[in-house]
Amino acid sequence: MKVLVAVKRVIDYNVKVRVKPDNTGVDLANVKMAMNPFCEIAVEEAVRLKEKGVASEIVVVSIGPKAAQEQIRTALALGADRGIHVETDEEVQSLEAAKLLKAVVEKEEPKLVILGKQSIDSDNNQTGQMLAALTGMGQGTFASEVVVEGDKVNVTREVDGGLMTVSLNLPAVVTTDLRLNEPRYASLPNIMKAKKKPLDNMSPADLGVDIAPRLSTLKVEAPAARQAGVKVADVAELVDKLKNEAKVI
Amino acid sequence: MSILVIAEHDNSSLKQATLNVVAAAKAIGGDIDVLVAGENCGAVAEAAAKAEGVNKVLVADNAAYGHFLGENLGELVAEVGKGYSHILAAAGTVGKDFMPRVAALLDVAQVSDIMRVESEDTFVRPIYAGNAIATVKSSDSIKVVTVRPTAFDPVAGEGGSAAVEQLDVVKDAGLSQFVNEELAKSDRPDLASAGIVVSGGRGMQNGDNFKMLEQVADLMGAAVGASRAAVDAGFVPNDMQVGQTGKIVAPQLYIAVGISGAIQHLAGMSDSKVIVAINKDEEAPIFQVADYGLVADLFEAVPQLEEELKKVL
Repeated sequence: MKVLVAVKRVIDYNVKVRVKPDNTGVDLANVKMAMNPFCEIAVEEAVRLKEKGVASEIVVVSIGPKAAQEQIRTALALGADRGIHVETDEEVQSLEAAKLLKAVVEKEEPKLVILGKQSIDSDNNQTGQMLAALTGMGQGTFASEVVVEGDKVNVTREVDGGLMTVSLNLPAVVTTDLRLNEPRYASLPNIMKAKKKPLDNMSPADLGVDIAPRLSTLKVEAPAARQAGVKVADVAELVDKLKNEAKVI
Repeated sequence: MSILVIAEHDNSSLKQATLNVVAAAKAIGGDIDVLVAGENCGAVAEAAAKAEGVNKVLVADNAAYGHFLGENLGELVAEVGKGYSHILAAAGTVGKDFMPRVAALLDVAQVSDIMRVESEDTFVRPIYAGNAIATVKSSDSIKVVTVRPTAFDPVAGEGGSAAVEQLDVVKDAGLSQFVNEELAKSDRPDLASAGIVVSGGRGMQNGDNFKMLEQVADLMGAAVGASRAAVDAGFVPNDMQVGQTGKIVAPQLYIAVGISGAIQHLAGMSDSKVIVAINKDEEAPIFQVADYGLVADLFEAVPQLEEELKKVL
């Protein structure tokens, strides 16, 4: 069974995000970039499926600038077999990313497509569901467990009230939540080996997809800062303040 | 303009988040219809018809919608919604699941998790875990939007008298089946809409110690939440998680116990009206956002808090 994993290059999750003074966006100059954490979980899940003998080949795809090759190489070092880089310097929004991935799905015909549930930059939580709709596949979003059985996959999903399990016909789309697995680190020998793994390069035009954005960002601002309040001496003073000053109990 | 709001419910009762989303629809302006899709969900439709400002309630009552599978809801809402200028749903796990399918089927972009309406096509939403706030404008003919419920004061749930209309549109995509669910049973209020939330972090040390917080919460009619650190450590289940990757809450009172205040937690609770932090580390970042900070060992402070609350409540 072939598994396709999509990964995104984003700001490293440890980096403090700063809004540009001209309010056009977030300052990404000289900032550490990395694979989106939910995408790391997606790669890990694919690798585990391969280790279990369920997956036979893992293809990793990333859409983005030339530097996104670093994230593809990271995925290859973690155990993916080959990479596809859809290279563009333009901003690619969720719907257009889904259309590009649909074109890749049509070429590769994977049985399972695994994506992160959201990227930590735009926080949209859309691409996997859009890809599933465009390709007519079922979707197991916010997955905490993935079990492939024959021509079905059972996905346990993190939902508001707890957990919900659905059974999907393959091929299907899965988007990962945090508790699905704990991603491994790439070993040095595997990082070296990954450099020799095949990596195809193509453009959105090669895939016949128009990536013109539908949403325009008018401005980006820093959130209103909350002021630190007062320290109270003890619990009695705290309860008194909550009752008589804040009037919330 | 005409707006279709997709009701959030459990087939027996309307969730309050729907009233918050109707409020967002009112901020856009125009006729507001509510779609109730579910199975044996007549009581939900009646409740939706009473909500303030609702013009008409559309009901799609079929087993295909009973478990809110995204594949089926996506097709239904794309079909029913194509005559509207806006389609709105709460940004809970149901809305997050099916709404992007609706957008893709209609070939339009989705605007996720809006906090404010600037105009009929311009919305304000958090990005980078709330570390930046973006104002985005949609150029699509139909705006597909998910709404952060806590960012909008709910409309009244009583007083309206909208007409209820049954739809006979059955969309069963045949791609997915419901297997089972394990929903946490609790008499406490729903975390996402509770007026008071008491949350514990890694400082709680284990799951048993959360009983202390539950006792305090029950005195105040509060919900109990947790930080991601507490969830990752296995103290409590993930549906209690407050933060960027968990639930977004904005109660009147948020009490953070043994929570250091990582950015990803603050992203989920910093819109609370009053924040209390109890932590033994006076350098903990949570104190920078807290209205009232108590530097203390939580294992002494929480039982004292319970005693003090008993005196005044």
